[in-house]
Amino acid sequence: MPAVQETVEQVRAIDVDQYKYGFSTEIEMELAPKGLSEDIVRYISARKNEPAWMLEWRLDAYRRWLTMREPEWARVDYPQIDFQDMYYYAAPKSNAAPQSLDEIDPAILETYKKLGIPLREQEILAGVAPEKRIAVDAVFDSVSVVTTFKEELRKSGVIFCSISEALQEHPELVRQYIGSVVPTTDNFYATLNAAVFSDGSFVYIPPDVRCPMELSTYFRINEQKTGQFERTLIIADKGSYVSYLEGCTAPMRDENQLHAAVVELIAHDDAEIKYSTVQNWFPGDAEGKGGIYNFVTKRGDCRGARSKISWTQVETGSAITWKYPSCILRGDDSQGEFYSIAVSNGAQQVDSGTKMIHLGKNTRSRIISKGISAGRSQNTYRGLVSAHRRATNAKNFTNCDSLLIGNACGAHTVPYIESKTASAVFEHEATTSKVSEDQMFYCMQRGLTQEEAIALIVNGFVKDVLQQLPMEFMVEAQKLIAISLEGSVG
Amino acid sequence: MSLLEIKNLTAKLAEEDKQILNGLNLTVEKGQVAAIMGPNGSGKSTLSYVLAGREDYEVTGGEALLDGENILELDPDERAAKGLFLAFQYPIEIPGVGQMTFLKAAINAQRRKNGLDEIATPEFIKLVNGRAKELGISQDMLRRSVNVGFSGGEKKRNEILQMALLQPKLAILDETDSGLDIDALKIVADGVNAMRSPDRGFVVITHYQRLLDYIKPDVVHVLSAGRIIKTGGPELALELEAKGYADIVGKAA
Repeated sequence: MPAVQETVEQVRAIDVDQYKYGFSTEIEMELAPKGLSEDIVRYISARKNEPAWMLEWRLDAYRRWLTMREPEWARVDYPQIDFQDMYYYAAPKSNAAPQSLDEIDPAILETYKKLGIPLREQEILAGVAPEKRIAVDAVFDSVSVVTTFKEELRKSGVIFCSISEALQEHPELVRQYIGSVVPTTDNFYATLNAAVFSDGSFVYIPPDVRCPMELSTYFRINEQKTGQFERTLIIADKGSYVSYLEGCTAPMRDENQLHAAVVELIAHDDAEIKYSTVQNWFPGDAEGKGGIYNFVTKRGDCRGARSKISWTQVETGSAITWKYPSCILRGDDSQGEFYSIAVSNGAQQVDSGTKMIHLGKNTRSRIISKGISAGRSQNTYRGLVSAHRRATNAKNFTNCDSLLIGNACGAHTVPYIESKTASAVFEHEATTSKVSEDQMFYCMQRGLTQEEAIALIVNGFVKDVLQQLPMEFMVEAQKLIAISLEGSVG
Repeated sequence: MSLLEIKNLTAKLAEEDKQILNGLNLTVEKGQVAAIMGPNGSGKSTLSYVLAGREDYEVTGGEALLDGENILELDPDERAAKGLFLAFQYPIEIPGVGQMTFLKAAINAQRRKNGLDEIATPEFIKLVNGRAKELGISQDMLRRSVNVGFSGGEKKRNEILQMALLQPKLAILDETDSGLDIDALKIVADGVNAMRSPDRGFVVITHYQRLLDYIKPDVVHVLSAGRIIKTGGPELALELEAKGYADIVGKAA
C-alpha cells in the first residue's frame, strides 16, 4: 500500500503543525454588522437580490428560531455560544459577480491553489484525462466565488451553480424543493441556517442523465468571528445519477467558529445520489483551544420508487462534530446507505451517526460506521433505524466499530431501533477494540516504524468505508486519517 | 566475529521488580542453529522479546551484540532492519490489513532503512507466490487479513513465510512447534532448513526434543532461572527428553 508510505512522509513533512490548511488569506472583506436580527436577515437577502418569497421564508425561520433552544442531548460539551458575537455575512469585496477567473481576487485563487483545489478549467483539461475531471463550486466564507465546468455540464442539462445564482436563474426549482427535506422548523441549527444561509451549491440532474463528471463543493472559512451557513440542494430527477463530494478547511484560529450547514438531497424514481464528505475543519489545538463547531443537518429523501441515496463521510476535523446524515426511504424499494469514518484526536468531540427512516415497502438500508478515538477525545456514534407501519419487509444492517488508541479517549455507541412492522429485519453489530501493543510490536518487529504501524492498522480498520469513496479521494482520505492521528502514540 | 554475542544480560518486566534474565551469556555463530531449551518460567520467551525490543521489558544490565553492534538501545524496527527476525509464539491478528499489503509494507520498510529501492510489484508477487507454494500457503490465505481466521498451523507457517521473505541474518523461533501437528511441524521445519546458510544463524526456542528431530541443532543450551546453565551438542536435547529438566537444573543449582 504505497499510500501508507506517502502518509508517513506527509506526516513527517508536517512535523509539529499537523494542520496544513491553517493559513489565512489577507483580503478585503465586506462584513455585515455583527450580530443577528431581522435587519441582518434582510441585509443578507438584499445582498443576494433574492425574490420576496425567499425573504419571507427566511424571516419565518428567524422568528421561529427565536423561540427555539439549543439541543443538549448530544454527548458534547462546550461553552454557551454567543450568537450576537459573530458575523453572519462575509464576502470578498472584489467579488461583484465575476464573469471569469481573471476577475477574481488573486489572493483567493492563490488560497485554493494552496489547498490543492483546481479552479482553472484549462489547467485541468491540459493535465488530466477527461474522465478524471471534477467540477468545483468554491465557497469562500459566505459566498461562492466560482463554479467550474458550468458550460460543459449545461450541455447535458445538468445545472451546477451556487444557490444564490440558482435563486436568480431557476427560482421555480429552488422554491419547489428548498426546505422540502429539512423544513425550516426542523431543529435549532437548521432553522438558524434557513434564516441566514448565505450560499452553497445547487445541483439539478435532469431525467435519465448520468452526470458526466464528479461534482464537488469546497468550503473555506477564512474570516475571523464568522459563521459559515451554507445550504446545498441536490435534485436527481427520474433515472438520473450524480456523485458529489464536499471538502472543508479553515485557518487555525484560537477562537471557535460556527459552521451550521444544511444539505438536502432529493432522489426521484430510479435516481441515485452518492454524496461524499471529506471534512477537515480546523480541529483546535492539542489543549482544545479554537477549532470549528460543526453543527450540520444533512438529509436525503428517497422520494421515488427504487431510488438510492448513499452518504460517505470521512470526518477528521472540527473541535465539535454534531452531524447525522440521514435517509428518508419514502419510495418503495428505495435504498439508503451510510458509510462513516470519524477520527478524533486531541480534545476533539464527535457525536455523529445517521437516521434511516423506512416508510416505503421493501426499503433497505445499510450503516457502516468506524470511529477512531485517540488523545483525550470522545467519539460517539448515535443512530436511529425506524420502520413505519407500512414499511413491510424493511431491512437494515448496521455495523458500528470503534477503535481506541491510548488510554485517555472514549468511544460510545448509542443506537436507537424502532420497528412498527413485524416483517422488518434489523441487524445491529458493534465492536470496540484497541490498537494493541501486541499489534504495534508485531508490525515493528517486521521493520515498520511506529507511525507506519499505526497507519497500517488504522487503514485496515477503516478499509470497508474507504472503498466507498470515489477513487480520487481514497488515497487523500487515507493520508488525512494518518495525519489526524499523528502524535497519538508514544 | 560472532553473529550474536550476549554478555551478562539482565532484564525484568518494566512494571515489576522481579529479575527474569540473570546475567545471561550466549554466543551464536554464523551458520549455526542454536537450540535453547528450558522449563516453564526459565526466561525463554523473555529472551526473545528482549532481543527483539519489546517495550514491556527493561534491560537492567549487559549487552547484546549483533554483528558486533549493541542492539539493545535500538527501536524494534531498527533491529528488524539490521536482520533480526522473531517468529512469534502467538502470531498477532491485524483485521482489515491484507497479507500482501502487510508483507510488502514490511519488505519495503526494511529496504528503505537499508538504503535500497522499494521492491517492484511484479517481482514482489513472484517472490511471495514462490515462497508460499513451498510452505503450502494457499492463494486464499494470502488474500485474507494478517493471521485473521488462521488455524494455529497456518499462523506458524505464515511466520516462516515472513522469515523467508525478509531473509534475516538472525532468526529467533519462539516455540514455533507449539500447537503444531506432525505434518505442519514438518512443513515448518523444511522451511527453516531451506534457509540454513553459512551467513545466517538461528535461535530455536523449544520445550521439546521433537522439533529438533526435524531441525537439527549444532548446539543445545539449557536455560534456567534466567541463565544458560549447560551447553552441549544435540545429544543434550535427547538427555533432557529422557531425564527431564529437574535433574540438570538441580545439578546446576
